[in-house]
Amino acid sequence: MGDKTVRLEEFAGVVESGMTIGIGGWGSRRKPMALVREILRSDVRDLTVVTFGGPDAGLLCAAGKVRRLVYGFVSLDSIPLDPHFRAARERGEIETAEYDEGMVVTGLRAAASRLSFLPTRAGLGSDVLTMNPDLRTVNSPYTGEEYVAMKALPLDVALIHLNRADPAGNAQYLGPDPYFDDLFARAADRTYVSAERVVPDLLAEGPAQTLLVSRIFVTGVIETPNGAHFTSCAPDHPRDEAFQAHYAASAKDPGAWELFRKRFLDGDERAYQRAVTDFHAERATEEAR
Amino acid sequence: MITRAEVCATACADAWQGAGEILAHAVGVVPTIGVRLARLTTSPELVLSDGEAYLMSEPPPLGGTAADGGVAEGWVPFRRIFDLVESGRRQSMMGASQLDRYGNQNISAVGNWRKPTRQLIGVRGAPGNTANHRTDYWVPRHSPKVFVERVDVVCGVGNDRASKLTFHHLGVVVTDLAVLDYGDDGRLRIRSVHPGVTVDDVRAATGFPLDATGVTATREPDPTELRLIREEIDPRGLRNREVPVTP
Repeated sequence: MGDKTVRLEEFAGVVESGMTIGIGGWGSRRKPMALVREILRSDVRDLTVVTFGGPDAGLLCAAGKVRRLVYGFVSLDSIPLDPHFRAARERGEIETAEYDEGMVVTGLRAAASRLSFLPTRAGLGSDVLTMNPDLRTVNSPYTGEEYVAMKALPLDVALIHLNRADPAGNAQYLGPDPYFDDLFARAADRTYVSAERVVPDLLAEGPAQTLLVSRIFVTGVIETPNGAHFTSCAPDHPRDEAFQAHYAASAKDPGAWELFRKRFLDGDERAYQRAVTDFHAERATEEAR
Repeated sequence: MITRAEVCATACADAWQGAGEILAHAVGVVPTIGVRLARLTTSPELVLSDGEAYLMSEPPPLGGTAADGGVAEGWVPFRRIFDLVESGRRQSMMGASQLDRYGNQNISAVGNWRKPTRQLIGVRGAPGNTANHRTDYWVPRHSPKVFVERVDVVCGVGNDRASKLTFHHLGVVVTDLAVLDYGDDGRLRIRSVHPGVTVDDVRAATGFPLDATGVTATREPDPTELRLIREEIDPRGLRNREVPVTP
């Protein structure tokens, strides 16, 4: 088996301007944040981003990387809305394709099956059809019933973060929910997996049914400990609620955001992780006072 | 004294009566109390999730997940939720930022969707829920800002737009003032007003006319229900944050 491990710095060239990228995870859960931060540091622009959105969507919007956002929602879970996403929408500066969550799943399933669409009931009668005038309906050839013909959502590149991966590209989730990471991988031409740890033997880490993504669908593997931070990556770590609150508060104010960006995002991933450690040390000191 | 929040929780519980062995989905504190109350009283066959990835054989603690204890009886990661939605074996009580007289619901954005004056959460699962199974709504602050002539974005599909939807079923709208349901014309009407509330109060807080023919008083929780709400389901009184106790 080939070795597909890539260093995070080498990942920078993978995503190019104008591409359609899919980002795994769900809301503020198991997002490939280290990969997203790497895109923030690059000069990539005009991305179409397909996501069950969390801070990945907010950060990419704030950095001006997004031309078009395809989503069912954008939420930080414990904080209902991402302030950057909200601001980008209210300024009208990004194109959007807002779908029912199940429709996004259906679109990814269609792409994964190399179909141009799949039928679904979701969306009929709603303004999802108004907001996405390119959506068509189809009639069942059997009953005549009308369905939405949900367009396939094919991806140039999928980015996902899992608990473990092996060097060949097989990847494993150890938390309770796989989300749709395997589906993102199947809907994409190329998939890059970041993992808390790259290990030689995945079955030593968890049972066979935790092996979510096969190397068949994986182009590159990047070891990024704490790489989902500040989103959750159960059972390795919970969401960093204190940091997320700091992110959301900073995102609401241009001056505060400037400070946040300088402190946490302008350096490389190692600098980010160090700054996060310092952030918590400072908080602990303040609380001790 | 029985509080308004307790009346609301009981009214929410009643929305699940007769639902059968389905996944009960509730958004908001009071509907979550309501669904647990239904599970412990009239509807023991209801299936509850912990809001994460597990089905719980006994109602999980309010705000808690399987990680806080209890016995799991099933696995429902998000992918299985969508499978359940499509199967119809689910009933949902969702929130609504706007609701019109036909039950069209908006949680996506206020204003023009291209450049909204206020971006909300997004359509989320509302189009799929209303296309696939019974959907009820919970409005903790009944006001003309919520009950509007026309919603800005139709997320949950109303009765006037549902002609092609085989499985469309809107149930009730529970608010802090009243329980509304839909007449034969598909329009919202007042089914019952909560203790201390008048039909005029409800009409004044609604941005379109409401029929009140046959209106009754919303029932109060019985002693068993009160004990369950206060001692077992919500001992910390989270319900009073969503529907404040008014003097």
